Amino acid sequence: MPVQFTVNGRPASVDAPANTLLVHALREHLHLTGTHVGCDTSQCGACTVLLDGRAIKSCAMLAVQAEGCEITTIEGLATADGGMHPMQAAFKECHGLQCGFCTPGMVLSAVDLVKRYPGASEAEIRALLDGNMCRCTGYQNIVKAVQQGQQAMAASAA
Amino acid sequence: MGASDFSKLPHIGESVRRKEDYRFLTGAGQYTDDIVLAAQSFAVFVRSPHAHAKVVSINTDAAKAAPGVIGVFTGADVAADNINGLPCGWLITSTNGEPMKEPPHPILAQGKVRYVGDGVAMVVAETLQQARDAAERVEVDYDVLPAVVNVQDAAAGAVAGAGLHDIAEDNHCFKWAIGDKGAVDAVFANAAHVTKLDLVNNRLIPNAMEPRAAIGSYNRGTDEYTLYVSNQNPHVERLLMTAFVMGLPEHKVRVIAPDVGGGFGSKIFLYAEDVCLTWASKKLNRNIKWVADRSESFLTDAHGRDHASHAEMAMDASGKFLAMRVHTDANVGAYLSTFASAVPTILYATLLAGQYSTPQVYVEVDTWFTNTSPVDAYRGAGRPEATYLLERLVSRCAWDMGLSQDDIRKRNFITSFPYQTPVALQYDVGDYHACMTQSQELADVAGFAARRVASEAKGLKRGMGYSSYIEACGIAPSNIAGALGARAGLFECGEVRVHPTGSVTVFTGSHSHGQGHETTFAQVVAARLGIPVENVDIVHGDTGRVPFGMGTYGSRSISVGGAALMKALDKIEAKAKKIAAHLMEASDADIDFAGGEFTVKGTDKKIPFAQVSLAAYVPHNYPLDKLEPGLNETAFYDPTNFTFPAGTYICEVEVDPQTGVVRVDRFTAVDDFGTIINPMIVEGQVHGGLVQGIGQALMENCVYDRETGQLLTGSYMDYAMPRADDFPQFKLGHVCTPCTHNPLGTKGCGEAGAIGSPPAVINAVLDALAPLGVKDFDMPATPHRVWQAIQNAKT
Repeated sequence: MPVQFTVNGRPASVDAPANTLLVHALREHLHLTGTHVGCDTSQCGACTVLLDGRAIKSCAMLAVQAEGCEITTIEGLATADGGMHPMQAAFKECHGLQCGFCTPGMVLSAVDLVKRYPGASEAEIRALLDGNMCRCTGYQNIVKAVQQGQQAMAASAA
Repeated sequence: MGASDFSKLPHIGESVRRKEDYRFLTGAGQYTDDIVLAAQSFAVFVRSPHAHAKVVSINTDAAKAAPGVIGVFTGADVAADNINGLPCGWLITSTNGEPMKEPPHPILAQGKVRYVGDGVAMVVAETLQQARDAAERVEVDYDVLPAVVNVQDAAAGAVAGAGLHDIAEDNHCFKWAIGDKGAVDAVFANAAHVTKLDLVNNRLIPNAMEPRAAIGSYNRGTDEYTLYVSNQNPHVERLLMTAFVMGLPEHKVRVIAPDVGGGFGSKIFLYAEDVCLTWASKKLNRNIKWVADRSESFLTDAHGRDHASHAEMAMDASGKFLAMRVHTDANVGAYLSTFASAVPTILYATLLAGQYSTPQVYVEVDTWFTNTSPVDAYRGAGRPEATYLLERLVSRCAWDMGLSQDDIRKRNFITSFPYQTPVALQYDVGDYHACMTQSQELADVAGFAARRVASEAKGLKRGMGYSSYIEACGIAPSNIAGALGARAGLFECGEVRVHPTGSVTVFTGSHSHGQGHETTFAQVVAARLGIPVENVDIVHGDTGRVPFGMGTYGSRSISVGGAALMKALDKIEAKAKKIAAHLMEASDADIDFAGGEFTVKGTDKKIPFAQVSLAAYVPHNYPLDKLEPGLNETAFYDPTNFTFPAGTYICEVEVDPQTGVVRVDRFTAVDDFGTIINPMIVEGQVHGGLVQGIGQALMENCVYDRETGQLLTGSYMDYAMPRADDFPQFKLGHVCTPCTHNPLGTKGCGEAGAIGSPPAVINAVLDALAPLGVKDFDMPATPHRVWQAIQNAKT
């Protein structure tokens, strides 16, 4: 079943069985393996991508449901020449990642979080990260990274 | 170079941002499931739905005929090919002199299944969906047997007919003991006071975010196997698989552990799936991928902890510890996993002296088979179990004696080093009072009383809990470990390859799956050679590129793997000095090397490192009569002792007595890790460990149904994983007493947080609830358990 959408700014077409999840379409058909699968109950958030600008769990929707949508995966967050998005840079600067497996989902959730709640407090950031699990960092430096990314995104928007 | 000089080098102690981060942040990491090999097929495992059953028959006809199926394998095929079971890497000898019971651990069931998830058949098909569909068509006829899952039930022989293995009908694997029982009993008989405690160390599921995954690949042209696997120690994986299980020569097997999404111990072990894929890749002459779904990980990853213990401390009238005795029943699960036998013995009982000068300690451990997933090393591996028991007992001693938690610890701290414990270990160095003092300052202990009053005003109970832990890292030396039953060496290997223009590639047998070796190890090499960190790359995780290695476990990487690099660098430096001496027409003894420059003593002659490396590879002006060209050195390092990180953690909680909800309000961790190379990375390791430890104390708990043996906590809907809003900001501090016996002075930091934190949390909750009469309950301190404990105390 053919599906058309825009992925990381470019038109993409996937011809996959109708029961194909969006995450599998991205990983297996488009070879965008930065989006990860960490569970089978839509809990962990490793598969988070931006769909029309909003963070969603790509394991919780079918590829066909994304017909006509604009999708950003972690591969599309940096600039064309590889320069990191301010949130990516903040994660590096604050040591907001260790094994890297949850990181793409965490970063994309953080980007969406800051866009929707630019003034989120530390407690609010912690609550808003509820849909993304990390087993390595203890979250402390992720929260710090989101706060730094928050400031950097505000500065770059200004 | 010694630890003192090393710690003063540039880049050492600097929070260099991680070299590996760019690829992880941009989606360019390559985990096993991201690798796509040509003509790749997919495996799915048919697993036992029963905790304990005879396999009466297996019919694979329908599965074999299903669309896309390439092969279906059962235990009969394994037996026909003489594939051995999975070995246990540590032989424990029982107190009666008998070796532990080592029942076969087949890679696919041989007539019996022993836990829910035990592998029965493997189906390989062209697509994952086809493999899944065909697996549904494998018909297995089971004769269900009684199951035992709780270690207390196994120890009591409470379930008739639940003998898992023919060679251990009573499910007893071994009894092991350490210490002088007679001396300990004599002290107890005359002690002024004895404090007793029963406790359970709750079973945990490791839950690395990347599920286990592997690709088996075979090249018929060269008769070579390649196994890609999410694993912490690829050389050990290869050694166990080739030498013990498959009988293959190692030079025909390459194991690659690419980017690995967390391990925490659970990816140390050789698992059945890894062997099945390797074996079948040749039989089918195909590349075969298997990726565990999360439900499979819950069922089949080796679990952690699961001890039930009774502990007693004998004290004099002033609260001075005189002797301790402990009995522990430990659950090893259905089969002995790779290091299952070492965890509740060598890595547990030897730590029970803790930071205290208790003159006599006696520990007895019984281990039991149950119808559960194998239990093995999980972040801390034995040391969290020891620390939880000891630090709970010590706080209970304080309360029994009317002393404060810090006072009783200070009265009993070891203050003179080296210190020989009564349970085999010899601590080289430490300063336990310094950790306590700093932790109390950072935790603002002085302000606790006022905070408690403020909590009371809100109707909340505030408590403070202490934990002064010690751990032993970098298990070694090999010869002593061998005498204690280790079946492998415990050294590490490193190769430093200096390229002609002076950049460096390092090959280490340690493996990084989040710990940041690519940065920390590069700092070590860059500091020694006086070159930029960017000029050093670290290669790990590939038996085809790295000479040898024992991998990453037991917080050993920097202290053992880093020390191997230091030895290799000593060789590099020695050879480079000779080359430099030749180039500058000086004698070898007059050459100094510092800051990336070779100088001649007493002159202004100097040449940079890159000029020497170039001369080594373009040896036109070179002492060819005395030296080989090239600048490439390998070293193996076998430590002379464990390292002993230690620290004091202070936790402050608020408990709502109406609901039982516990909130961690403050957590302070002061650790002594010896030399710290990258503080940012070390602090990140502590944060992660703390969350796993506090997670164990507050929410994580693996539960099997007591009768059916079904895993009741088999998904993230049922197993509580810590999330960002469960924690406050942690306060960290460091004391530094450098390790005395390795060239870096490092001790290891990977597990401390998970080791030290659980008793601090529970002691805090008990301190908070003491006014309500609550004296004890077992982890995790979920609202229901805490509320129930409050209700029970009322009656």
